[in-house]
Amino acid sequence: MAERTRVALYLNQFFGQLGGEEAAGAKPRLEREVKGPGRALLGLLDASEELVGTIVCGDSYAGDHPELAVAECLALLRELQPDVLLAGPAFNAGRYGVACGALCKAAASELGLCAITGMFEENPGAELYRRDVLIVRTGMNAATMRDTLATMLRLARKQRLAEPLGLPAADGYLEQGKLQPAVAEQPAANRLVDMLLAKLHGQPFRTEVPLPVFTPPPAPEPLDDLGTKLVALITDGGLVPAGNPDGIEAAAATKFGVYSVAGRDSLDSVDYDVSHGGYDNRYVKADPHRLVPLDVARELEREGRIGRLYENFLSTTGLTNPVQNSRRLGQGMAEHLKAAGVEAVILTST
Amino acid sequence: MTPVAEMVGSHRIVLGNGIVHPLGAAEASPQEEHALRRRLVERALDALATPVAAPTIFR
Repeated sequence: MAERTRVALYLNQFFGQLGGEEAAGAKPRLEREVKGPGRALLGLLDASEELVGTIVCGDSYAGDHPELAVAECLALLRELQPDVLLAGPAFNAGRYGVACGALCKAAASELGLCAITGMFEENPGAELYRRDVLIVRTGMNAATMRDTLATMLRLARKQRLAEPLGLPAADGYLEQGKLQPAVAEQPAANRLVDMLLAKLHGQPFRTEVPLPVFTPPPAPEPLDDLGTKLVALITDGGLVPAGNPDGIEAAAATKFGVYSVAGRDSLDSVDYDVSHGGYDNRYVKADPHRLVPLDVARELEREGRIGRLYENFLSTTGLTNPVQNSRRLGQGMAEHLKAAGVEAVILTST
Repeated sequence: MTPVAEMVGSHRIVLGNGIVHPLGAAEASPQEEHALRRRLVERALDALATPVAAPTIFR
């Protein structure tokens, strides 16, 4: 008789029946007994598959010690020797989703396992891992448990047979950012007119290019006593020290620089370059204050209009920068500035 | 590029003096440029002190 496909399940403390939040610090352990959703999974397996074990790990343990938790789970998987790992599904539980994504990514890359999880689209684990891990699209909560497990299993079987997956919408998984050439039935002009007619007639239509949606955060409260505040200058116009020592890219920069202006009242043109391919750099190169107004900022500091100027300016390049990357850079800059006690920021953009 | 700033949800936006020198003016004298830069940065400080509910351009 052919060997059966060995399936392992990863669950958190709740689904693994260790308890609620009070058990969230549980270290990974191997359960031979079927736990929680494992029962539903058993009902979905066919004669050629067997559930060989369940790894249960507390969400907070995984969240507080991400690398350790993954390493410990991988050790358990090495013991268990499964062919397939199904993690979660995590639905909208953030720590759980991040833990599932991390484990699936590691299990695939380090143990060569077919590793699949399931999450609600807004789960932070989805954003972090969708490109690397096959994540089945789920609803917000465990109401869709059985269907989700069925989809996870179906995709695992496809992968094991090296069958190509259908498009995300068809096969029920989150988009992975992959582009797949396909021949359309109709030329673009026809599709465009059909789409426009549908839109004009108030009928449903499906855009071919979804635009990013910006939901602005609530406006920060105004500061009425700037004369007591630490203020920083930042820019996305790509001002960098001469020679661009940090290698800030001239387009779609992946990092930002932190450049000292401590004890200085002005920026000397000879000390700076501009790494930004989106505008004529001559003017800023000739006088960097046209981008980073250190001269005026120092005056305002002396006059008490601002409490103190932060001793560094932060710089990156915004040109053709993907929104996701820009968000990451912005968050990084904000974290740096907050840690330094900065309370207000002037960003100069080109 | 203030329409972009508005679109992505920047709350306090000060219109600069052109893409290539937002806080400068190549054709002006150094003193005029300095005065312009000073005005614009002060406008930014005023914006920081102003309550806003939605993306707002300060002129």
